[in-house]
Amino acid sequence: MSDQAQNNNSLIVSASPHIRDIESIPRIMWTVVFALIPAGIAGVFTFGYYALYVILLSSITAVTTEAFILSFRKMPVMKTIKDGSALVTGILLAYTLPPSVPWYVPVVGSFFAISIVKHTFGGLGNNIWNPALAARAFLQIAYPAIINSDWRILKHPGVNKVVQNIVSVDSEGKLVDAITKATPLAKEAGAETYRLMQLLMGNIPGCIGETSTIALLLGGMYLIYRRYVNWFVPLCYIGSVFLLVLVLPPRVAVPWANNPTYHVFAGGLVLGAFFMATDMVTAPLTRKGLIIFALGCGVLTVLIRFYSGYPEGVCYSILLMNSATPLIDRYTKPKLYGTRKKKD
Amino acid sequence: MNFDKSILKTFTGGVHPDEDGKSLTRDQKDISALLPRTVYIFMSQHIGAPAKPLVNKGDVVKKGQMIGESQGFVSAHVHASVSGKVVDVTPWPHPVTGTKSTAVIIESDGSDAWFEGCNVEDDIDAVPPEEIKRRIQLAGIVGLGGATFPTHIKLTPPKDKVIDTVVMNGAECEPFLTCDYRMMLDKPQEIIQGLKLVMKCIGCKNAHIGVEANKEDAYTLFRNMLSNEPQIKIDLMEVKYPQGAEHQIIKALLNREFKPTQLPLEVGAIVVNVGTVLAVYEAVKYKRPLIQRIVTITGNGVEKPQNFMVRLGTPIKQLLEEAKVVPNVNKIIFGGPMMGIAQVNIDAAVTVKGTGGVLVLKDAQRWESHACIRCGRCIDSCPYGLNPSELSIMSEAKEFDMALNNDVMECKECGCCSYICPAKRPIVHLIKFTKGELAKRKAKV
Repeated sequence: MSDQAQNNNSLIVSASPHIRDIESIPRIMWTVVFALIPAGIAGVFTFGYYALYVILLSSITAVTTEAFILSFRKMPVMKTIKDGSALVTGILLAYTLPPSVPWYVPVVGSFFAISIVKHTFGGLGNNIWNPALAARAFLQIAYPAIINSDWRILKHPGVNKVVQNIVSVDSEGKLVDAITKATPLAKEAGAETYRLMQLLMGNIPGCIGETSTIALLLGGMYLIYRRYVNWFVPLCYIGSVFLLVLVLPPRVAVPWANNPTYHVFAGGLVLGAFFMATDMVTAPLTRKGLIIFALGCGVLTVLIRFYSGYPEGVCYSILLMNSATPLIDRYTKPKLYGTRKKKD
Repeated sequence: MNFDKSILKTFTGGVHPDEDGKSLTRDQKDISALLPRTVYIFMSQHIGAPAKPLVNKGDVVKKGQMIGESQGFVSAHVHASVSGKVVDVTPWPHPVTGTKSTAVIIESDGSDAWFEGCNVEDDIDAVPPEEIKRRIQLAGIVGLGGATFPTHIKLTPPKDKVIDTVVMNGAECEPFLTCDYRMMLDKPQEIIQGLKLVMKCIGCKNAHIGVEANKEDAYTLFRNMLSNEPQIKIDLMEVKYPQGAEHQIIKALLNREFKPTQLPLEVGAIVVNVGTVLAVYEAVKYKRPLIQRIVTITGNGVEKPQNFMVRLGTPIKQLLEEAKVVPNVNKIIFGGPMMGIAQVNIDAAVTVKGTGGVLVLKDAQRWESHACIRCGRCIDSCPYGLNPSELSIMSEAKEFDMALNNDVMECKECGCCSYICPAKRPIVHLIKFTKGELAKRKAKV
């Protein structure tokens, strides 16, 4: 339905209000893209140009899929492509992938994210789960070896060749293959523990966009400054992880099992807390709802990390809380003015 | 600004339009517009039943003569704004409702002579409360903030309600409009007298004036004048839309809350606009009916934005010429940009009692609307605690019952949600559509 009509005097006749805020969906989405750039640079710096290749593949597939499905659904293609939402999904998916994935993994993942997770539910604004995270969960099931293990023991010959050229140099000038090591959160024997400084800078094994806490904070803080991210969402999420790690008994004894700073900086928590739990579409509407959502994400992340077979829990915790979003919305409805309890 | 921001009173929610456009006209003392040659005076210039025309084609009328008699309880009289001859009594396109409505068309004879009994000075201290109310009613005064609720009804609260405070609204939170501000600067004495008349009329001891912080000089002026009158308080309020709406100004000044569909008298207050108070003063002191008001003609579509003293029923075209309208204007709005009404037919548009401003824009934008991305900004901005996002989606899905259960009828259409929406969704428009459909259905039953 349109609220605008034009008469022959060429006067625009539209419903009030006649001025609008400067914020728009393209502005929000492109700012998120901008805020993701530092983490991308850090990822490429740590893992080499192949990481950039994965990011580009994922982004291009996401945007192409979006365009294809929009035209298939007879919706305006350019208007929606230009808003940048598909690009955000593509970049975020790449950031959650190990840097050594074969080319078809980001392609399949992005296609799944846009087509199944986003458009089968109605496209922008209607998806239940964060498309990037749901696609990552899908890839974890579809290619368990690649997602779970191959980022420490490379088996794929095609990729291995590329990896040969992208090895990074450590502080002593020695060539190390950064991506053939386990996630810092791995609890198996032989897993390494990293220093705080390494965790902050990001020269540790991990997924492309999650390792450099400093780069992520840079982008995340900018989004908070621009008010696209409610500061209390990352605070509640990371804060609840921090506290629970201190008090819960770990299942496997590793040196950092009850070390909260290690848990906060080592995995995908910062990426998830700033860029994924704050996804407007899949998170609750009200402030109260967002706080419940963020706390739930924190609790689930720690439970999964401590008591499940997976070393990492950010992806599934956010997806589970995404599923709970309609329920949270229902119980945190804004209260009609004048029906609130009076303060006497 | 040289005050401490923390003293500013306000409410929860609302929006801050960055460019409020008030600087265009805030320093312009009002000037009288040219006497119109023809005026088109609607019988319906207020909320409630339209007045009944008392004159016929060919009748000679004088300025201030009653030409429309109030019908029913909620209604108001209408008066001739010029002297001259009635050339027709006919349906005419109404600038606010958009439909045709009965208007008395008067051709001015240029003499501008007052009707007998009008414009005579009186000693206001001697006027008893009942007589104040009678004169307000006779003068056809309605709320001049824009809602146009008949003032004498507002001053007749039900017997079981005690009104302890008269709130005078000097917020003028709509961007671009400065007519209230000019009145406060130019006629403070009269406004205070008028406010006292309102207080006396309903036997209320206290009054509270709220002024937005962007009108600090008006605030200072009033505060100094009221330094010996402890019963009339005045406060600065945060510059935030809709600070001047009844619920928000009462929350800010008195910290009382009531449901959107309830009236301020539920919490023992009435709210009167600065312009209304001035009209009350004129009606009681000089027996002048409401036949003119200040109208801000502004926007980038006029070269000389101005505050004009305008006779009711003056064609907008005349005012636009006086303000030097530029070519290729593409939007003309009656009222402010947040709640004003875009005009279709500018040749027919005339001022009515509720017209505080005409906003003329030459590069008005059209917004392409996107899907809702559930950002929640509309919820944060809604001053009435509604969920505009969901209500707009329900409207699109024609789920009117669901909308009814989610308090759609409590929406005051202030426009904060549409303003703030990054997807540029026409939320208020969709909500109005739902309300219209629900009203239609109710009428059928």
